[in-house]
Amino acid sequence: MTAAALSLEGVTRRFGGPGGTRAVDALTLDVQRGELLALIGASGSGKTTTLRIIAGHETPDEGRVLLDGRDITGLPPRQRGFGMVFQHYALFPHMTVGENVAFGLEARGVSKHERRERAERALANVGLGGAGPRQVQSLSGGEQQRVALARALIIEPKVLLLDEPLSNLDPTLRRTTRDELRAMLHRLGVTAVFVTHDQEDAFAVADRIALLERGRLLQVGRPEELYDRPATRSVAEFIGRATLVPARVDGDRAVVTIGGRSREIGATVASSAARSDTAHAVLRPDALEMVEVPGPGDWPGTIVERRFAGALLAYRVKLADDLEVEVHTTERGREIGDSVGVRVAREPVAIV
Amino acid sequence: MRNDFGTRKPDEPKRKTLRFPVPVIDPIAGTRGPSAFRLPHSRTYFLAAPVVALLLWAVVYPNLSVIIESFSDGARAWKEFFASPADREAVVSTLIVSVGSVIAATLIGVPLAFLLARFEFRGRRTLSAIATLPAALPPLVGVVAFMFLYGESGIVTRVVQRALGLERAPWSLTGLWAIIFVHAYTMYVYVFLFVTAGLERIDTTLDEAAEGLGASRRMRLRRVTLPLLTPSIAGAMLLVFMSALGSFSAPYVFGGGIRVLSTQIVASKLNGNLGLAYAETAVLALAAVAGLVTLRQFERRRSYAMAGKGRQTRAVVASPVVRALLPFLAFVAVAILLLPHAMVVLVSFARDGAWTTQVLPPEYTLDNFRRMATDPALWVPIRNSVSMALIATAANVVICFVAAYLIVLRRFPGRRLLELLVALPWAIPATAIAIGLASTFNRNDPLTLRVLLVGTFWILPLAYFVRGIPLVAAAVEGSLKQMDPSLEDAAHGLGASWLMAVRRVILPAARPGLIAGALLAAVTAVGEFVASIVLYTHANRPIAVEILAQLRNLAFGTAAAYSVLLIGLVLTITLVARWTEGRLARGRVAVGA
Repeated sequence: MTAAALSLEGVTRRFGGPGGTRAVDALTLDVQRGELLALIGASGSGKTTTLRIIAGHETPDEGRVLLDGRDITGLPPRQRGFGMVFQHYALFPHMTVGENVAFGLEARGVSKHERRERAERALANVGLGGAGPRQVQSLSGGEQQRVALARALIIEPKVLLLDEPLSNLDPTLRRTTRDELRAMLHRLGVTAVFVTHDQEDAFAVADRIALLERGRLLQVGRPEELYDRPATRSVAEFIGRATLVPARVDGDRAVVTIGGRSREIGATVASSAARSDTAHAVLRPDALEMVEVPGPGDWPGTIVERRFAGALLAYRVKLADDLEVEVHTTERGREIGDSVGVRVAREPVAIV
Repeated sequence: MRNDFGTRKPDEPKRKTLRFPVPVIDPIAGTRGPSAFRLPHSRTYFLAAPVVALLLWAVVYPNLSVIIESFSDGARAWKEFFASPADREAVVSTLIVSVGSVIAATLIGVPLAFLLARFEFRGRRTLSAIATLPAALPPLVGVVAFMFLYGESGIVTRVVQRALGLERAPWSLTGLWAIIFVHAYTMYVYVFLFVTAGLERIDTTLDEAAEGLGASRRMRLRRVTLPLLTPSIAGAMLLVFMSALGSFSAPYVFGGGIRVLSTQIVASKLNGNLGLAYAETAVLALAAVAGLVTLRQFERRRSYAMAGKGRQTRAVVASPVVRALLPFLAFVAVAILLLPHAMVVLVSFARDGAWTTQVLPPEYTLDNFRRMATDPALWVPIRNSVSMALIATAANVVICFVAAYLIVLRRFPGRRLLELLVALPWAIPATAIAIGLASTFNRNDPLTLRVLLVGTFWILPLAYFVRGIPLVAAAVEGSLKQMDPSLEDAAHGLGASWLMAVRRVILPAARPGLIAGALLAAVTAVGEFVASIVLYTHANRPIAVEILAQLRNLAFGTAAAYSVLLIGLVLTITLVARWTEGRLARGRVAVGA
């Protein structure tokens, strides 16, 4: 393993004095150089507080923050040299776009002439060449976001921090922006941590995802790892869609029984489930398929919902035991009320 | 800044500290940006017509009449005004007092706001709770308290005199400096409130963004905080300028030989030179209205500080010396702020005539209060003030609710005019308002809409009503602006009649502002001095006028007892308003958000 650029070691932050709620709870996390790490979780999971601790706007009650192995826990934000893009961008309303972008250079005593030149280049980099003299208020939301990015990048930050950078954009703009964001950050080789509550954003942008719940780290890994091999039931429920069905684990096989019909499937068993009696199979919509006539190896059921989702159709199928699963398929011919058979199409299935 | 109570967001926790009502309204909050266009409705005109007519009759007509009457003798009055050395002196002194008050109030208000908003130290809460206290003193009472404290025979003066072993008082509380001194005490509150509100409104992530980009504390102050606060500070400075411009009590009592415009107006009127008084009034009123117009120009520039949420954190002072010194300084500040109140209370127990050359009054008695309750002559002013304030406030509540409803929730030609009419009495100095009323309501003449009120009981309630209009209207406007305008449409869509929508949707939304505004208007009216001194008769003399009369008789104890009573009335009204608001708020869910 290469040396991490940024590390959190047992970081804890309590609100409301000792004994208060732990916004961040004994969090240990490494960010590799040049990596894009997403912090995701529901609201109140501590992701923004974690980001603010990294930025230096919050001080942890316990634990350390390390940059290239150096303890920066007590270092004030302005000495960290991190760039930050705030959720509402925090653009200075009384300055022009150019002055905003050049602010970090001004703080570093860069001459006025050079400031203007570099700001102009930074703006061109985010596709806003020539916008320097404009007023911040005259920009659209997407443009403001890019100005905030240019302002954070101009100081050549050791780490770039982004707090919900996409949440204020409309859905179409959001999709294009996140692709551009990923491409640009990779091109620049920036180490970045970004907070989002939207897992699609995280999937699209991040190299790795850290999932937080109530201040604790549930799992960190590549997007596919979190999707295909969730470490716990919480992860499986938070990431993607899934129906959790009780399963009996037997080595790298698992037996799933629905309505008395047992099927043995290949399994990747999470360590938490290996010795548990309440293991569940994570049935993902894209790992299931439907057949018109249920064979002996299939679970029979009835379609109760049909939802068009563009490339795919989403069917909800009611099986025995009052269990409903969702199946994503390109097949369009089925209707509500049709009797079908459901089977696992892609193995192994995660067991949590 | 809306006024300090009532118009907060429903989810904000209520502050527990009891803040005295401060007669400050935010002239900038009175306007608002474009909103959904609505077709004027016949009911809108039906409501607007009487309100506009009333405002034209009670506000515009008297003040225009002053300007017109100043030309009644050709340009004689104006020639006299421009030729008179006394008036030239008054104009210059007024400007000096106003600029001096602005400088002094800013020098106190801005640092204090920063200190209390940004730093944590022992005594901060106490200091913050009473920082607005000076503005709550009825104008004449503050002046009286300063006389007892810092006047030639005042306590502080005598303590210093004895300590230094001086033959005579080390200073005399007269002239320009005395006026500016009193103004600094009462008017710094405006700057303090504006800057505090401005600081609260600044999105704290802006500061964090600047810090993250490497800006030092000084650079953040210079490049981010101060530029964002500039409109607030400038607005407050203009507000102080306008208040000082029209200030009457302090120059009247401490002026010594100094003339300012407001006192000059009253002097000219007493001398029977009405033309000159009108010319002087016109100059003062027009200067004030020019100030109002300028103030409104800040509106657009200040709006940008409003974005975003902010988690305001207070820092501990880094320097250990300053940290050790701060609680002590806070204590001194609290003492200075409370001294005038304490002084008035102390003197209210002094036996009239017994206090001559001693540092403290030598004899104490309850007589002053006992006499107020038993002597009918002393009881009359109290009855007058309370009843006249109640009448004026009741009228304010009704008229200003309708006006605010029209201004905030209706769109019709003339809306801007109504908005301006409602704000106008706030800008025009009370002396000018009083002269205007005196010149228009002095005889019956139905053709020119004149009604004889001067010399009757009703002239003072009318004056108080006019002064209360902008206070109540601004507060109600503030509340209604927090209501989603589509709520009224929703109510109508659900089948509610117009009256039902008003009763069930609009009134509840306006309620905090109505109560806060009524409180402000009642408090201002009950202690009113400046317009009263011009318009009162013996029969309807209010408390403040009686205080002055008692001072003239050197009955300091009685004057102070009246002052204590006034402070008590202000406190009672505040508590009743709080209690009413609390009781009503508990009864139902807040509308809007």
